[in-house]
Amino acid sequence: MTLEWMYWTLPTAIFCIAIFLALTGMTIWQTVSPSVERRGFLPIPTTPGDRLFIGLVSALYIQLAWLGLTDLSLWIALLVGVGWIVAVMLWG
Amino acid sequence: MNKWGDNKAWFLVIPVLVFVAFSAIIPLMTVINYSLQDILAPGKALFVGTEWYKKVLHDYRLHDALWRQFLFSALVLLIEMPLGILIALAMPKKGWGISFSLVTLALPLLIPWNTIGTIWMIFVRPDIGLFGAAINNLGVAFDHTRRPLDAWVTVILMEVWHWTPLVALLAYAGLRAIPEVYYQAAKIDGASSWKTFYYIQLPKMRGVLTIALLLRFMDSFLIYAEPFVLTGGGPGNTTTFLSIYLVKIAVLQMDLGPGGAFSLIYFLIVLLLSFIFYQVLQRVGKGEKV
Repeated sequence: MTLEWMYWTLPTAIFCIAIFLALTGMTIWQTVSPSVERRGFLPIPTTPGDRLFIGLVSALYIQLAWLGLTDLSLWIALLVGVGWIVAVMLWG
Repeated sequence: MNKWGDNKAWFLVIPVLVFVAFSAIIPLMTVINYSLQDILAPGKALFVGTEWYKKVLHDYRLHDALWRQFLFSALVLLIEMPLGILIALAMPKKGWGISFSLVTLALPLLIPWNTIGTIWMIFVRPDIGLFGAAINNLGVAFDHTRRPLDAWVTVILMEVWHWTPLVALLAYAGLRAIPEVYYQAAKIDGASSWKTFYYIQLPKMRGVLTIALLLRFMDSFLIYAEPFVLTGGGPGNTTTFLSIYLVKIAVLQMDLGPGGAFSLIYFLIVLLLSFIFYQVLQRVGKGEKV
């Protein structure tokens, strides 16, 4: 079976592999050292898995808002998004 | 404690993961690939980056469909929630009437969604429909295929008819769970029916009403089959909701790139709503304030 019908490209493959690795990494981390919920600047108590999910999804919203509302380079949005994910993971 | 031994149960989840991979993750990855390319012909595609996202985000018809979707959900909830509570309050508390009303209420919920659209399409036809012809004979011009307001009225009536029973059944379950002593105390204090409702029944129904509200919001936000069968999104685009517009782009026009970008944006909206839904339900389950 070939995967031609999925129309893979290098950027999408990197994106999907990065998400997959992040999720696998979090699962292994969770198994080795089970997490405890804590409350940071987010309005709900979260585990590291919750914070990764919230960070990733909200970074996507940032990208979309950037694309829809500005003409500035998406690389800046990417930096903002990555910064946001790190902030959520550390202090969220 | 053997930490690894305790986690062996995770292997039992593998069949579900495989199923989800084939039914959701692989199609989702394909949609991501589509959304970044212009599919020219089978096996022939051109990478266009975020071009389709930009196009879709600036598409005024998508903005219209989104606002229409929110308006539709808001109207449906404004009607269904109070109506469902009223029906639940009016339902019998004992005797054979309970089974009769429960079965009657459940009937619309058992009908397949596209059949609901067909039933209402015939019901409101201005020439032969029971509702459409009757209202036209009364002198009120009504035609859901030509007049946008009539189309909206029909779609909302259909949705209310279809889903208010769910709200009523949930509210009824909430009402039945209130212990009799509360009513006795209210009676001793001389509370009116309104005060009994406001201070006893409504707070005690908070959990089930939150679930009903969230379920109905999500369902109405994802609505497709009923209005598609009934109006096809018309007249014009006046009842074209998000899912109908998505199908128009991705299936009818075969614009797989914009369709993929639209799907992912729609998915992110639904994901956000689902997350809020989950958080609120968790809090209701723990008895916290929503």
